[in-house]
Amino acid sequence: MSEEYRKGTPVKPYERLSREQVMWIDDASMQILADPGIWCYNRRAAELFKAHGATVWEESDSHPCWRVTFPSGLIKEAVMKAPSQIVLGARNPENRLLLDADVPRVYFGSGSEANIWIETEMAEFVAMDEPDTKVKLPRFKEIRGTSTLLCRAARLCEHLEHLDFFIRPLNIQDPEVTPDNHDVNKFFASLNNITKHVQAGLTKLERLEDVIHMAEIIEGGAEALRQNPIISFIACVFKSPLQVVDETAEKVFAIVEAGLPLVISSSPQGGSSAPIEEAGMVAQINAEILVGITFTQLIREGAPVLYGSVPVRARLDDLHDLYGCPEFNQYNIDCVQMARFYSVPCYSTAGVGDAKVPGMQATFEKLFTHLYMAMSGAQYIHYAFGLLDRTNSFCPLQAVLDNEQIGKIKHCLREPKVDPSTIEDMVKIVKKVMGSPYRLYARHARKAMHAGDVSSPYHFEAKGLEDKVLENALAYMKQLEARPAPLLDRTIVDQIYDEVPGLLPDLKRAR
Amino acid sequence: MNQDELTSKIAFNVIQGRLEAEDEGYHEGLEGQPGVTELVQQALEEGLNPKTIVLEGLTAAMDVVGEKFERGEYLIPDMLASAECVGAAMDILTPYLLEAGVESKGKFVIATVAGDLHDIGKNIVSIMLKGGGYEVIDLGADVSTEQIVEAIEEHQAPFLGLSALLTTTMRAMGDVVDKLKERGLRDRVKVLIGGAPTSIEFANQIEADAHCRDAFDAMDVLKAMTA
Repeated sequence: MSEEYRKGTPVKPYERLSREQVMWIDDASMQILADPGIWCYNRRAAELFKAHGATVWEESDSHPCWRVTFPSGLIKEAVMKAPSQIVLGARNPENRLLLDADVPRVYFGSGSEANIWIETEMAEFVAMDEPDTKVKLPRFKEIRGTSTLLCRAARLCEHLEHLDFFIRPLNIQDPEVTPDNHDVNKFFASLNNITKHVQAGLTKLERLEDVIHMAEIIEGGAEALRQNPIISFIACVFKSPLQVVDETAEKVFAIVEAGLPLVISSSPQGGSSAPIEEAGMVAQINAEILVGITFTQLIREGAPVLYGSVPVRARLDDLHDLYGCPEFNQYNIDCVQMARFYSVPCYSTAGVGDAKVPGMQATFEKLFTHLYMAMSGAQYIHYAFGLLDRTNSFCPLQAVLDNEQIGKIKHCLREPKVDPSTIEDMVKIVKKVMGSPYRLYARHARKAMHAGDVSSPYHFEAKGLEDKVLENALAYMKQLEARPAPLLDRTIVDQIYDEVPGLLPDLKRAR
Repeated sequence: MNQDELTSKIAFNVIQGRLEAEDEGYHEGLEGQPGVTELVQQALEEGLNPKTIVLEGLTAAMDVVGEKFERGEYLIPDMLASAECVGAAMDILTPYLLEAGVESKGKFVIATVAGDLHDIGKNIVSIMLKGGGYEVIDLGADVSTEQIVEAIEEHQAPFLGLSALLTTTMRAMGDVVDKLKERGLRDRVKVLIGGAPTSIEFANQIEADAHCRDAFDAMDVLKAMTA
């Protein structure tokens, strides 16, 4: 396998916490894990923890439940065994990702599994008092997610140059989709339409084998898939606060044993399922994620795992999640620092709009978190494309707008080109221009311009006294969608359909 | 190198925006090869007709550059680099052209008006006009009304370009127009104005002949005036 990877954006990380504060949070997490510990609803996991030195006793609960308290040494030792470098493969090797906990190289991708797809069309309106004055405004329509729309999302994301990985952003709810065939169809719809890394949660443990077999067919065998893991999984093994979910724990066993990368993700809500205060939120989510990572390493030492932090804050008027607020950034940046402290690559979060449609509110909320989280140096930032109404809707137009915004952020955070050779060149140019009749640097801008070092103006700007951002972005989206999809080879698709049961015939015909 | 090859090479380097051998071009790897000034000098030494150099080497190349700009392939810095090459070539060629009886497209006096030190826009217009074949007499920035009018009189220039960036200094443009009238020169010269605070309305108000949004607009305005 080649050593090609997507470039990513290495940044000089912005850190909120001092070293001392990181240590205090680490210590607080260890205190939480020692007392009260966790409530584990999975027998095998509880037994595994016990076998490695945790104190375990059965709780009286309506479901079988074990309390587990951990000596800090058990957690620390296990977390140290988690690899600090993980490669996430891709159908196109140039789209592979190298996640290195010790290198703050940022990648952005999609995320969530929204139920609603938001379609946009522009409509012309006439001013009632001035019939010659016309304006185009967007009209939005909500559609329930389907496998065909997921294919469309993947195709679009293939062509969004700043999207580095694909987490299925849409829940497929076709009448023919059942819990039993949900996994194979969502993975096939994704893998057949994008050549970037594909990641998703697993709906049904029993279909893991089929999903992996599908990926093995694409990659040409079991070993080839482990060398280039084109798929990986997300497991929200903790239901905050501090409760291990029985079914998800079983999935963690199976995925780790299968040797594929896994995100241990936790998403407590400050103010309801975690303290709203930064110190309390981060101490608790850190404790949850550390147990999850420990769990993976006890199953199989060296298992590739990501520190998945999705801490959110509660709105205090209705207790829904609130993404576009300062606390969101604070919680998330702290988690990136904690992941760096443990040398585990960080799956982080940015770019969710509380807004329900694209527009000024969405742009504000998204920029607020896109920029800060990129500055934090998180290796793998999900939720970054197209999500609106918290994580309930995916809007392809919004994904196009996010792509433009993230491109600018990547440019903004590029490493400075300041070195002795560049300085020498610049001094030479200053002397040359000052010796010329017009003292104008424009012609000397060409080198940087042609090297791609000079950013372009906002892609969707209007020339006149009007806002045409959505109209222009929609036109661009249509251009992108007209490009060919990177479909799998027909023989591979035929083999997948022969060997993997439950795939919808329409997905094959969609070719 | 024969004469055709030499003019083609001049044209190529104008398109590349390479003034001198040490310059980079639009494409990579051209540093060290002779640029427009060296090639024009060589062409003259080899006895090429200066008019041929202008028509086949410079004008034809600028047409290509203009097309590239229209297509969005070239941006302003590319266009200016090429125009600057043509301007420098014209500096070398002018004495030979005069000797051969070939005239420029006309004299164009240009200045940033009194009290205003901003000259970027004015310089860009100068470069473009020079590259477009006009004989540009650039008076610089913060030029008094008196100096501007004297230059028009001295050079018998049919065109005057006035630039200002400040709302406080743009009024000096009106003073220049008034002074031209006072000296009986107004009918002999077309006055073009430009700069961020100026507008068509302001041009009308001070009785200038045209308002130019930018250097390209200035070229179009001149083309229309001389058609």
